[in-house]
Amino acid sequence: MPDILVECRNLGRELSPSGQFLLRGVSFGVVPGEVLAIVGPSGAGKSTLLRLVNRLDEPTEGTVFFHGRDYRELAPDALRRVIGMVMQRAYLFPGTIADNIVFGPRQRGETMAAAQIEALLAEVGLEDYASRDALTLSGGEAQRVAITRALANEPEVLLLDEPTSALDEASRGSVERLLERLIRERHLTCLWVTHSPEQARAMADRVLVVEAGRMKALGTPDEVLLKRVEAADV
Amino acid sequence: MFEQYFSNQLARGAVYCAITAAATIGVILLARRRAPGLLREVPLAELRGILQIVAVGAILAALLRGPAWTSIFVLAGMILAAASIVCKRAKRIPGAFALALIAIGAGAGSVLVVMTVTGVIPLKILTLIPVGSMVIANTMNTQSIFLDRFRGEIAAHVGEIESALALGATPDTAVERYLQAAFRASLIPAVDNIRSLGIVWIPGIMAGMVLSGSSPLYAALYQFVVLTTIFSSSALACFVASHLVTRRVVSVHAQLVVRA
Repeated sequence: MPDILVECRNLGRELSPSGQFLLRGVSFGVVPGEVLAIVGPSGAGKSTLLRLVNRLDEPTEGTVFFHGRDYRELAPDALRRVIGMVMQRAYLFPGTIADNIVFGPRQRGETMAAAQIEALLAEVGLEDYASRDALTLSGGEAQRVAITRALANEPEVLLLDEPTSALDEASRGSVERLLERLIRERHLTCLWVTHSPEQARAMADRVLVVEAGRMKALGTPDEVLLKRVEAADV
Repeated sequence: MFEQYFSNQLARGAVYCAITAAATIGVILLARRRAPGLLREVPLAELRGILQIVAVGAILAALLRGPAWTSIFVLAGMILAAASIVCKRAKRIPGAFALALIAIGAGAGSVLVVMTVTGVIPLKILTLIPVGSMVIANTMNTQSIFLDRFRGEIAAHVGEIESALALGATPDTAVERYLQAAFRASLIPAVDNIRSLGIVWIPGIMAGMVLSGSSPLYAALYQFVVLTTIFSSSALACFVASHLVTRRVVSVHAQLVVRA
């Protein structure tokens, strides 16, 4: 069995000073190349879970192990270069598309050749977009750039926080197909928050169900989703 | 017209204050739908302001007879008060009082020391306190604008900042763009004051110097000195604050902790 790449142990977050918990007692591990779909109703704690894995928020209980090492021992910027994240909205930076793509590598003093940028953009269907103004793109195009921007860092794990939820119907389908293709072709390790059981069944090796801040089920898509058809607001 | 009714100068001053205060209330009533909170805030601010300025007038009257070094305590007190006022405007930023105190102290304090040592500001209570108060007050305003604008920029760009952090940017890089916007906005009044000097307005200190017998040309040059001193102090305070504020809005673990 391959080594566990990312492991959450009893992970939780409680709001201070109200004491309201957003997430509690979440434990699972992900091996390289695995796609874990995270499903559950709105407000269940799915995004909180990804934010904790990326350490954008601090866990108040438990921790995350990356390659078997407590991620609190790693510098946050170093951690985030290897655990990439695509958010619900693209949040592109002012400048060109190329400026956005090279943002991550530039943080560690690396440059990217124009050909590398073009190749990445071609992979997401945005040929000849490198010099365009990032703030003039449509929602679907912007999210494609955000995905490319995350991939430019060559992360070992990619966190996808409902990256198509803010898009219109037409863009949603094309971006979802793009993500599915990238995951297959690049053998990406992913934690993918999704509202779509079909997507989870099609793409995920395992499914984690989160409800009211707690993990309710973890298993293969068939094990988890078929059992939950009746309760199915996943 | 009030001179015939009030021979006492203080009584006349009180009447003038009442007239200008009434005018502000009238303006706020006129614009109450645009800014309902001002109806409560401005009268209280005016009451506080008049009590403070009268107290300062009384203290000044006593101090003017004392040695020049006593002005250090007055100016230090002004810096403390200025930091406290900035803190109220920026209360969502953790540690705002200490931040404002250090920034205003470094900005106004160091500029006033340099100007006094070089003789630009005469080492006399009569000039140190009025010029010092102008420098501190304007630096305070700049700090309030800087911190308020920075917090507003953060609140409006949470997604962009967290995206940058998630891509491995340091906190300094993630908020750099918003620090620049706040810095630029906070210095607009100071720059415009210098740019419009003599065209749009002739500030009080110049009028006062002319009235007290100085040459109008010297008074004009000195007004330029005061405004550029204010700019230096304001910009230095913002520079210091810009280095301190990032650690207050982004934690040591590079997590955005101020979101609104």
